[in-house]
Amino acid sequence: MLDVTTATVSDRKALRINPAKTCQPIGAMYAALGIHSCMPHSHGSQGCCSYHRSHLTRHFKEPVAATTSSFTEGTSVFGGMANLQQALVNIFSIYDPEVVAVHTTCLSEVIGDDIPTIIKKSREEGKIPDGKIVIHANTPSFVGSNVTGFSNMCTGIVSYLAEKSGLSNGSINIFPGWLDPSDMRELKRLADALTVPFTLCPDTSDVLDLPQTGVYEMYPKGGTPVASIKGMGDAIATLALGEFTAYPSAQKLLDMHAVPFEKLDAPIGLTNTDNYIDALRRLGDVEVPAWIDAERGRLLDVISDIGQYFHQVPVAIFGDPDMVVGLTRFAIELGLYPKYIFTGATGRAFETRIKELLGDKYPDTVVRHGADLFELHERIKGEPVKLIFGNTYGKYIARAEDIPLVRFGFPILDRVGHRMFPVVGYRGAMHLVEKISDALLNHRDRTCAEEWFELVQ
Amino acid sequence: MSHQAINILDDRSGQVLRNGQDPTAKIACDKPSAAGSVSQRACVFCGARVVLYPIADALHVVHGPIGCAAYTWDIRGAQSSGPQLHRNSFSTDLQEKDVIFGGEKKLTAALRELIAACRPKAAFVYSTCITGIIGDDVGAVCKTLAEETGIPVIPVESPGFSGTKKDGYRAACDALYQLVGTGSTEGISKHSINLLGEFNIAGETYMMKDYFKRLGIEVVSCITGDGRVDELRRCHGAKLNLVQCSGSMLHLAKRLETDYQIPFRRISFFGIEDTAAALYDAAGVFGDPEIEQRARNLVSLELARIQPELRRYRKILKGKKAAIYVGGAFKAFSLVRALRTLGMKTALVGSQTGNPQDYQQLKELCDPGTVIVDDSNPLELAKFCLEQDVDLFIGGVKERPIAYKLGIGFCDHNHERKEALAGFEGMVNFAKEVHASVMSPVWKFVPRRAKRLSTKKKEAA
Repeated sequence: MLDVTTATVSDRKALRINPAKTCQPIGAMYAALGIHSCMPHSHGSQGCCSYHRSHLTRHFKEPVAATTSSFTEGTSVFGGMANLQQALVNIFSIYDPEVVAVHTTCLSEVIGDDIPTIIKKSREEGKIPDGKIVIHANTPSFVGSNVTGFSNMCTGIVSYLAEKSGLSNGSINIFPGWLDPSDMRELKRLADALTVPFTLCPDTSDVLDLPQTGVYEMYPKGGTPVASIKGMGDAIATLALGEFTAYPSAQKLLDMHAVPFEKLDAPIGLTNTDNYIDALRRLGDVEVPAWIDAERGRLLDVISDIGQYFHQVPVAIFGDPDMVVGLTRFAIELGLYPKYIFTGATGRAFETRIKELLGDKYPDTVVRHGADLFELHERIKGEPVKLIFGNTYGKYIARAEDIPLVRFGFPILDRVGHRMFPVVGYRGAMHLVEKISDALLNHRDRTCAEEWFELVQ
Repeated sequence: MSHQAINILDDRSGQVLRNGQDPTAKIACDKPSAAGSVSQRACVFCGARVVLYPIADALHVVHGPIGCAAYTWDIRGAQSSGPQLHRNSFSTDLQEKDVIFGGEKKLTAALRELIAACRPKAAFVYSTCITGIIGDDVGAVCKTLAEETGIPVIPVESPGFSGTKKDGYRAACDALYQLVGTGSTEGISKHSINLLGEFNIAGETYMMKDYFKRLGIEVVSCITGDGRVDELRRCHGAKLNLVQCSGSMLHLAKRLETDYQIPFRRISFFGIEDTAAALYDAAGVFGDPEIEQRARNLVSLELARIQPELRRYRKILKGKKAAIYVGGAFKAFSLVRALRTLGMKTALVGSQTGNPQDYQQLKELCDPGTVIVDDSNPLELAKFCLEQDVDLFIGGVKERPIAYKLGIGFCDHNHERKEALAGFEGMVNFAKEVHASVMSPVWKFVPRRAKRLSTKKKEAA
């Protein structure tokens, strides 16, 4: 399948082959699912909504409900106002959510639908029942990527809902960025342990990692409650975990309600988790319980036990920028050698941040934003690596070059671990250490000469 | 909100029917989804993409923003016995400046680079919502590139908003049709067919080709499973078209009938009854008693081979109830019959794209009390599944987790099926898969079943 790839990087100006990103609306849909009792609404053709739902379902293995404006040829000529208004009436009368979170698509952006005006008009005409909320984000598919869409919806959530009463509620806002429900759960476990009052937003745990109950709930118990989101304007501070998916909404909250925010990387690995814990400790003015220190100690212990197999092992990391930034730091901490660091998203900030992390110790590392997996493959063919970190789409390169793949990021369409086990926090880091060492040692056991096939490692 | 609280959307009440309650009742279908419904349907682009995707030695370039290419990247288990080019994702990844200034130059450059690098036999260029709106002349770009490179470069008219998935099938057929008639038909047997609407999911085309080989019938082109450009070019030389996924390919069959006087038969290879009927039907057309005898021999041989195993499954599955929600209604007919072969009842059946005749046929085929739905949504499906207390759900990717949440077994009969379910061996695989899911030990532990078991125990005591 990848037999066209050669060992030299081809000069392509107009073409994306095997992308390392997807379009904005899916990110907006995912973010909206992190609000309690929220129906994401796709303002565009039916296909968009169907694709996003299918893709999210393949990753989370959970039902994903979202509605669509079902654009037709006429809509594309006359505009989507009538469709959106009809949609709002139908959604509230049949599916009865608390919130409808509208995101646009390339089509509705190009025909120029003005969503705030349509929402206003719908409210005036009584098409939105009293007490119900409609928010929106502009997510044109021809700008940015899935992470932009996630971030835009997070900013939309803040702009529409966050309020300031003037009285501090003593709480900390945690903007997790695009993480899996298992990661959100872990962030909450750690924050709970520090006894800091907090609001995690968005929060997809207990929405997209549901237990089997025999009931299909369109709005499960999880998701950040609207009341908590409203209170975010009264918080002491915001912790924003990721430049691409969390800083913009934190900045919005700062601009609107003067809530200061701390910029952190996604809490993947030792230092990034230290920073998360420490920020909570400082802002909440609390002590870190001893068992968290012990958890950290166990992480250190396992790294020292197995770290010999990681030393200077060249690796490729690709994925969404915030996740890749977090993981790159951990890779360095583990002694791995990050050789290719790729994201499909565009943003020079990515390269800048990665280069800060790398310092001058990795002179030949290739850092690319706005890149695709075809180029990653070309580079790996030129100079191979021993391990690839990335989403399921990495499996083609992994197979073609016989390089183990540690699945990481979004989407993971062919394994189940990410649904249960986090990659953030000390526990997440331990889980990653296990995955990395399993991948490297399994590969070695499978490929080495018999005399090197060892019982004890 | 849970499924327990749902009322049927007013707009949708005509699209739900309980079989047998009113013999004259007709289901409303063939209409666009109500705005604001959680529809399971997709778009025109999706329809075109899934139909053309299996043509393995062609280049498939999506002219649009990245999403359309990303979501359709290798999601169909349509196998190729040779080239794997179709499994890559090629896109012009349109950006804001392209939307403003037009994407034609970008498309031209992309095609030029790709055709030089991949040397495909043909290229399909899919238009998307955006190309439809910004007015790129994809046709003109394709024409230029075809002249320049010497291979057919074919525009696929598939802006997402321009209809339903069915219109996408039609767009795909029209695109394919540009290849038809451009190859030599020399040497094609007088006993020859095309297989239309067979996509080689999990290698099903190989089975069918084997059957026809055994009958002495030449398969000129399978459209589009394990598809090759050169075969498509000469498919007009076949003497008969067998149309399996009728929703997707009837249009092509009709064009071939009009232009080349090739008759067609609607057939299905799902389930033993339908498979046998398809083989007899095809064999009968040629008026050659030898072929007909071979068909009878093949059917009895294969049946004898699989019956013992099917009987074992039937014994276990007898009386279990199933829900079916699939893309095309024609597949639903086969599934109802195939379930019957396993002794199972169909309690709920629906499709995304059925037409009035399809639903009439479903009514006739199903038992009284069966719920029939068109263009349904998750709440509705969940509600009817529990109401009808089904043991199995047959559907696609979006329905799977709903079934599991309810504690119901599931069988994927869509793009993501991993086992060949067609033909005689396919029937055994189907039985195996249904059995594996319905009889999975996990259901003993799920709340719904646990309740049922405890009630039974109490009743017994």
